[in-house]
Amino acid sequence: MMNFAEALVLAAAAILLGLTSLWKRKSPVRMRGIPALLSLRRALGLSVEDGTRLHVSLGSASPLDGRGASALAGLAALRRIAEHAAASDAPPLASAGDPALGLLSQDTMQAGYKAAGAEGLYSQDTGRAAGLTPFGYAAGAMHISPNENVSANILLGHFGPEAALIADAAERSGAAVIGASDNLTGQAVLFASAREALIGEELFAAGASLEAGAFHAASLTLQDLLRWLIILALAGGAALKFLRFI
Amino acid sequence: MRALAVLIAVLSSAAVLLGYFLAPLLPVLASIQTQLLSAAMTLAGVAVLAGIFNLFSVHVNKTRRDRKNGIYSALLVVSLLGTFLLVSLLRPGHALVRIIVLESVVFPIESALMGILTVSLLYAAIRLLRRRLDAASAFFLLTTVIVLLGAVTLPALGGIPFIGEFSRWWTQVLALGGMRGILIGVALGAFFTGLRVLFGADRPYGG
Repeated sequence: MMNFAEALVLAAAAILLGLTSLWKRKSPVRMRGIPALLSLRRALGLSVEDGTRLHVSLGSASPLDGRGASALAGLAALRRIAEHAAASDAPPLASAGDPALGLLSQDTMQAGYKAAGAEGLYSQDTGRAAGLTPFGYAAGAMHISPNENVSANILLGHFGPEAALIADAAERSGAAVIGASDNLTGQAVLFASAREALIGEELFAAGASLEAGAFHAASLTLQDLLRWLIILALAGGAALKFLRFI
Repeated sequence: MRALAVLIAVLSSAAVLLGYFLAPLLPVLASIQTQLLSAAMTLAGVAVLAGIFNLFSVHVNKTRRDRKNGIYSALLVVSLLGTFLLVSLLRPGHALVRIIVLESVVFPIESALMGILTVSLLYAAIRLLRRRLDAASAFFLLTTVIVLLGAVTLPALGGIPFIGEFSRWWTQVLALGGMRGILIGVALGAFFTGLRVLFGADRPYGG
């Protein structure tokens, strides 16, 4: 007998596949505009035009633990950023607070360069593991913006309070800060410290916003749909409880 | 090569997922899942070494190229080599390693960073309304002030009258409800990110 979790995974997978194939056939439906992601696109365009770098901070989540999804969302955005900015004078930089994530950032950057037809321009130094603990990572990453001609610091991944140190260092060097974390403390800190902050699941919309493909757009749609179902279930459950039906 | 990487990733993730769901029916899946997770842990250990080597090579290059800030990179390289030598000679659990590396360098630096963090957060809160004058920022600051007022004590009086209760209501009803909403959204996002990796649509391994 299938339990609820199994049924949910299977149903979501089937609908995701269906939506993706629909998305590939039809012109995409307009997605809701998230100001921070619009700023990210603008920062990407500006960095290519004025020859400055983007610094993508991927946080300190390991891809092997429960926080790995935020790291994967950051990597999906990094892939698109690397592809867009591959041929610019100052290629983007990626830093990670976990060695495995650092290696994946190099691989992702290289794939982005390859997709842009500029694989020869790729340098291993552009993807780094800047530290091995959250504060060690912050100490390593906060020196990148002031010293490497960075015009925007994009924090996408798992960050705790240490995000304030990276954001503060970037702001002081004149770089725009756009931040997102899956951690509630990190989100609160970034809301106060970053010029633009992504709240909650908006971190996972970064790939779709950067046109990472039909799968990203379809999963964002399905995410919105499931959120509506959860809202209805919560409101319905509360109403039934209030009316003493359950 | 790329197709092989995708195949390995998709099969491994499917096997681990199926191991969670079908282990009672097919015990072999549980053993495959354990083997795959053990292999992943070993690879993560190797990744730590590769990450440290990457950090080392980046800073050696910066020492050579960057005249202005190269001294900091040189300091990092020397510290890294020094720590490696010390730990290799004395073993990681030795008291001298704990005193020299952890208690004299790592802990004080992390404590100092925590101190800087307090100032950074205060400064960020002060600048918030200058940077973003909207209802969300005002509500954010109001919540911060209410929670802080609920936590402070006055001489002779203890907590500020009524504020403590109001602060608890604010955190346990409004803030906690909001937190749960955000966490549900994050969980949905993480779930679909996992599905994309399972389908090979997200390929952080160079695809």
